[in-house]
Parts: sequence; structure tokens; C-alpha cells
Amino acid sequence: MAETSRAQGRASQSATRDGAAPAELRDAARWYAGMVLARRFEDEAERAFRRGKIGGYLHVYTGQEAVAAGWLAELRPDDIFFTAYRDHAHALLRGSPPGPVMAELFGKATGVAKGKGGSMHLFDVPRGFFGGYGIVGGHIPLATGAAYALRYQGGDRVCLCFLGDGAMNNGAFHEALNLAGVWGRDGLCPIIYIVENNQYGMGTPVARASAVGDLGSRFSSYAVDYERADGMDFTAVRALARRAIERVRTSGHPYAVEMLTYRFAGHGAADLFQPYRSKDEVQQARGRDPIAILERQLRGAGVLSDADVARIHEEAERAVAEAVRFAEESPEPEPAELETDIYG
Amino acid sequence: MAELTYRDALRTTLIEEMDRDRAVVLMGEDIGLYQGTFRVTADLLDRYGPTRVMDTPISELGFIGAAIGMAMLGLRPVVEVMTWNFALLALDQIVNNAAKVRYFSGGQVDVPLVIRGPNGAGVQLSAQHSQSLEALFGHVPGLQVVAPATPAEAKGLLRTAIRGSNPVIFLENAALYGMKGEVPDGDFALPFGLAEVARQGDDATIVAYSRMLHVALTAADRLAAEGIRAEVVNLRSLRPLDMETVVASVRRTHRAVVVQEQWRPFGAAAEIAASIYEHAFDDLDAPVERVTGADVPMPYARNLELLAVPHEEDIVRAVKQTLYKR
Repeated sequence: MAETSRAQGRASQSATRDGAAPAELRDAARWYAGMVLARRFEDEAERAFRRGKIGGYLHVYTGQEAVAAGWLAELRPDDIFFTAYRDHAHALLRGSPPGPVMAELFGKATGVAKGKGGSMHLFDVPRGFFGGYGIVGGHIPLATGAAYALRYQGGDRVCLCFLGDGAMNNGAFHEALNLAGVWGRDGLCPIIYIVENNQYGMGTPVARASAVGDLGSRFSSYAVDYERADGMDFTAVRALARRAIERVRTSGHPYAVEMLTYRFAGHGAADLFQPYRSKDEVQQARGRDPIAILERQLRGAGVLSDADVARIHEEAERAVAEAVRFAEESPEPEPAELETDIYG
Repeated sequence: MAELTYRDALRTTLIEEMDRDRAVVLMGEDIGLYQGTFRVTADLLDRYGPTRVMDTPISELGFIGAAIGMAMLGLRPVVEVMTWNFALLALDQIVNNAAKVRYFSGGQVDVPLVIRGPNGAGVQLSAQHSQSLEALFGHVPGLQVVAPATPAEAKGLLRTAIRGSNPVIFLENAALYGMKGEVPDGDFALPFGLAEVARQGDDATIVAYSRMLHVALTAADRLAAEGIRAEVVNLRSLRPLDMETVVASVRRTHRAVVVQEQWRPFGAAAEIAASIYEHAFDDLDAPVERVTGADVPMPYARNLELLAVPHEEDIVRAVKQTLYKR
């Protein structure tokens, strides 16, 4: 952890040099509100899970919000993205309404996937969200092929592929990256792999699972340029995202980033005792809460007042309460839905 | 009508569909520069260029997964697996992504993907290269599984596969690539889930598909010489499975033999036999017989290999068994 903190510190300094224009800080208030909403959503989802309203698995994003927010802030409406199963915040930050997202978790007909996917399989294709996937690493080849298709079809759309540090030890990762490297030579793979390194693959620390300490170095094996940066500072993430997306949009070459972040909650809702890490470690990590960091910046820049912050929290509270009510009151899928959406 | 080999029927269909729709792209190992291991894609790299005819690394998980992503974005990838044995490396992609993503997304995406290549035993290719994997794929909802037995079927089913919106497991057979047959001209297509009565008869029904169809037809010839008129039903498609045609035949013949090349336990023949029992139990005059490959990894030695795959005499014996004849 100590080494990681140092790396985060270095990354943070370099990212801060990118700076942020005042207009961008004002826009950042919108993303601050999105991050607060995502956090509140996750808290409420965990509560609903304990109440037995949500079944199966529930993996919350608490602590990692600046990564999804920073990247999605720079993604054009016609761009697309894929992620794994820790996907609620990605949907919300892309603009999927909280009600249908919560309804999906509740297994209701009004869910974003009609209640057929659940927490791990949120989708919002009209918004370019091509899904949450439950098999670690399994979505990386899909995103890579999707990026090829974008360029094949013409235009300059790009694809983001969010993945966890744990997925980097999986064959799907390596095979997809090799394809990206090959296709990228011809400018045919406009994709950015965004590793959300939250330090643990479920309960296994990165160092116990990976033969090399510098995860990002694996990208260079496939001729994919990469950088490593702090994933807790929205402003820095966003600045990096802007540069990276522009570069990929123009070139059609793949790019990769390792975002150093931390999962404040357990791996999933069943991970209650977290024997693999100490309370002190979690407490220390919470000292760099991405929401608090952005709030400090925005207050410091005079973009947000106490009243604004209070209002944003109240609105998030209201939106999430409304989402829960919507989910609870929504009907279950019709029995006939069992056998639809299998073939087209 | 034109006489074409099974290989050329596939190749000309690829050409016709690529000319018709720019969304059709080809991917696979050695399909371009090398011209395809079985030359199904011969000359296509020159015709369409490397962005439409992609030589892939030896990386089934990667390129089949990528093809699924392309399909979700609206392309119509036709992926060649050098043999279906190698697709086992991509089983997670096929089962967990291609087959299910429409469902778990609540119907938000299509997956118009064809994965094609030779399935089944060859000649002395031994254990890892001689598998018939149709039961594996036929088990999975969301996949379509077809197994053309003739050049005309190769063309008609491939066209339907490419124009559809579902992932299709397209099972060819290496022994059939050189087979010649009449193929209808033009936009000829065969619907999935429609079996064909390949030979009419009243005494017993033999159900087969892919290369086993031809073994069954030869067996029926031999039976005819002994005065036994066997009907042969050619399935063409395993998922969807046309049990109506099978059951209608069994209702007339009252006897059924199901042939598969693959291992016996949990195979296609077990599924088909169970369906016959469910739909035509009262019409049966004898238990359904299964003719299958031996329940062993494929041996290399030619004499042992011959013991491991079904032959016409096995089918003849099984038909006679249903007739209580020796």
C-alpha cells in the first residue's frame, strides 16, 4: 500500500500540472453532483440488498467514482463504452436515469435490461453503454472488436473499455490487447483500456496475483502506449481523458491507462469482514475520497458554496429515494418475458 | 443449377454476401495470405482487402470475442475456426457472451455472427483434432447450430446464417469439402429448423445430419437390397431442431434409429430419441436405437480409429434391431 500511495502521489503531481480552466471547473460541478448521486445510489443499493430487495451479487463502486466520471465527462454522446460488473456508476454517470437502474437491481420489468440482467449486466445501448459483464476479462475482446467496427464503419467514434486490475491476468485481456496492437498499426482500433486498479482482485492484492509490479507495462508488450495516473482526482482524470480520447480519435491507435484507485467497500455485498486488508488501510484510503477531493477544488475555486453542496446532496438523496420507490413499485417482468430476447 | 463442391458452395456464398453487404467481414487463422486451411476463403483477401478479410493471430478467445463485439455494433462477421476443436479456447466467449448478451441486455443488441469450420473426425488426426462438438453448442440457448450435409445445404444454410441476427454455430465437415452436388442459383437460402426427408421408406426412420447423412443413405441402400425400406431424415439444423418432420416419419414407420458421430452420453441422439419418446411413444413398435461414436478419446491408429466412428453396418444392424431381425 505504501508503494501505491507514493505512486499515487507522483501521478497526482504530474496530473495536476495539466491544470484546469475555470469554465471546466464550473462544468465539473455537474460531475461532482453525478459522483455524489452515484455514491448515494450505492449506499442505498447496499441497504436494499440487506433488506432482501436485491438478489444475487452486488458490487458497489464506492471510492472509484472519479475514474468513471473523469472519463465519461470527456466521452462524446456517440462514443461507446464497455465495463465489467461494477457498473452502476458508469450507467448513472452516462445519464441512465437512476429509477430504471435501481429497478434492474430489483429485478423489475422497468429495469434498464427489463430485469433480465441484474446488477452485473446494466446496458443502455442508446447512450452508447454496451454493457456490464460478469466474467472477469470476458468483455475486453468484445470492446476491442467493437472499436474495430467503429472505425470500419467510418467516422471518428471511440470506445472505452473499463476493466479491473484482476482482469489483466486473464487470457482474454492478453489476446484482446494483441489484436488491438495489430489492428492499431493500421489505425483501426480506436479504444482506450482503462484499468481501474483498486489494489485487489476480489480479496487478492495485486502483488500476489501479478508477476510484475507495474501492471501497465503489460500494454507495452502489445505495442499499446500507456500511462499510469491517480484515479482519485476527477480533474486530473478528466484532463488525462481529454488528451487520450483526442489522441485515439485522431489516430485510431489503441491507448491504455492505469488509474490508481481504491474500493472503499468490500468486493461484493457478501464481503463483510474483508480479512485481506486492515481497517486502518481502508481508513487511510478514505482520506483521499474522490468526492471530497473534487469538492475541495470546487469550493476553493469558488464554484461551489456550502449551499450548493448541501443542495447537491439533497438532490441526490431525493433522486435515489425516488429511484428506490420507482423500483419497489415497478412490476416484476411478465412470465412471458422468460422466453423472449433469446433469438432475434 | 450449377454443380459445385461443398467448398465452392461455401466460398461463392461468402462472395455473394460480401458483394451484397459491406457489413460482412471475414476473420480467422490463415484465411487470407494462406488462402484458408481448406481453401474455403481462397482468393478472398485479394478481392476484398485486409480490412474485410482479416488474418488473425492464433487467438481464438480473442478473435471470436472481438467478432462478437463487431456483431453487436452491426457488422456481420463470419469467423473461420480452423477446426471446431480450437473453438474450445473461445467457449466462454461463445457461451457467456455471444449466446446470452441479447438476453441479459433485455434485447438491446443483435449478434449477427457466424462461426464456421470443420467439425468431427478426420483421418488419423487423433484425440485433440477429431471431436464432434454439436451437443456442446446445441445445449446452449441463444445459439443456432446447423450442420449442412451437401453443397446445396452448405450454400443455403450459410446464406441464412449470414443474413440472420443470431450467433450461428456452422458445422462443416472436412470429408465433405470435395463433395460435388447441384446447387440452386441466385439467392437460394434454406431456413433453419427445417429437416428434409432425404429418402423415403416405410419400415424404419433413420435420423442423421452432416457426414452421417451419407453413411445413413448408404446403409439404406444396403437395407433396400434386403427388402427393408428405410426412410432417412436429414436434420440440417440441430438448434432449432425440426422434430415435427422426425415425428411425422416415425409415426409412419414406427421405428427409429438416430445416428451421431460424437460420443454417446448426453449426445444429440439422446436428445432426439427422448423427443421421439415424448411425442410418438404410442406409435413406436421398438425402442429407439442410437448409433454413435465410441465413448473414447479418438485414437491415432487407423484400425482403432475405424472402430471409434459409426459405419453403415452399424446403422444396418440398428435398423434390423428395431425390426427384431438379425
